[in-house]
Amino acid sequence: MGAQIREYRQRIRSVSATKKITRAMELMAASRVVKAQQAVRESTPYARALTRAVSAVATFSNEDHPLTTEKEDVRRAAVVIMTSDRGLAGAYSSSVLKESERVVARLRDEGKEVVPYLLGRKAIGFYRFRQRDFAAEWSGFSEKPTFDVAREVGERLVADFTTSTDEGGIDEVHVVYTRFVTMVTQEPEVIRLLPLEVVEGEEAPEPEDLLPLYEFEPGASQVLDALLPKYVNARLFNCMLMAAASELAARQRAMKSATDNAEELIKKYTRLANQARQAEITQEISEIVGGAAALAESK
Amino acid sequence: MALQVDLVAADRKVWEGEASQVSVRSTEGELGVLPGHQPMLVVLAEGEVRINAGGWQTATVDGGFMSVDHDRVTIVAETVDGSGMAS
Repeated sequence: MGAQIREYRQRIRSVSATKKITRAMELMAASRVVKAQQAVRESTPYARALTRAVSAVATFSNEDHPLTTEKEDVRRAAVVIMTSDRGLAGAYSSSVLKESERVVARLRDEGKEVVPYLLGRKAIGFYRFRQRDFAAEWSGFSEKPTFDVAREVGERLVADFTTSTDEGGIDEVHVVYTRFVTMVTQEPEVIRLLPLEVVEGEEAPEPEDLLPLYEFEPGASQVLDALLPKYVNARLFNCMLMAAASELAARQRAMKSATDNAEELIKKYTRLANQARQAEITQEISEIVGGAAALAESK
Repeated sequence: MALQVDLVAADRKVWEGEASQVSVRSTEGELGVLPGHQPMLVVLAEGEVRINAGGWQTATVDGGFMSVDHDRVTIVAETVDGSGMAS
């Protein structure tokens, strides 16, 4: 009997140690998710200014740019998959990977060769484990992405996109990331990054409100040349920030339910331990009473 | 008449306010903007951006671009070193 109580007590101790850890992780994620949302907000002025400028060029000149033109024969499609570096975030990484598998299957059905670009250790692990090939990997920043990483990824994608298909270039780029809707909802989402569709986000000019006729310096095409790669980087950066906020929110939720579970377990084991203790006492009493009765009878 | 100036980096807004003059380095050379300037979009070279808001404020940018439109000046660069600026 005593052994049983000891076992329950040990369980309680180990579960409360786990609970302390999950609680700490929950609090950490909660404070970081606020910062991550702030980062998303702070990157908006840049994205808005860029979008405005790009649509201005697009409206006032009919420049064609390699980054905006659809290729007639799309043979190789890149898929950028944004996952986290660490686990313990519920279904966060696996839902992104599941979505990416769907995209890959769809692109294959369309007869395109798929080239994966992986962000985050979870995606890299997923591909390594299945011994699949991928074009590039980046990791070690998923909770707090910096613009430098976005620029690195963007430059690589633009370089591969401008390479011709026969030399290993790619014809379009899709990004799978997790969109941060609210603290409780985050959805995996797929966007097509390249070729660019610039129109989004910019309201059409009012007919009577004459838009200023911009003067471009050095020239419209050079301005576009300088702007579009930056636009790609900015969009990637925005996706990465969203993914980071989603990851932290998912982790907070996962850790909250882990903490709740631990509490539940502790309660259950405390009950069991108390019951075992009671049973032990009852047995001792009945042994004593039985013993006394036996002694009294034998007299 | 004053210029409404925004200086924006990729991850934050560095400076915003009114100014009487803005001076930047474009890929073509030094360029000054005064109120009433015609709308334009300029590609910037690496260098200093100077904003005259009561006194000269200086920041260093790594390229980027500037748009001027109805006395609204937006200077956008991926990285901006605005450590020498008072807000």
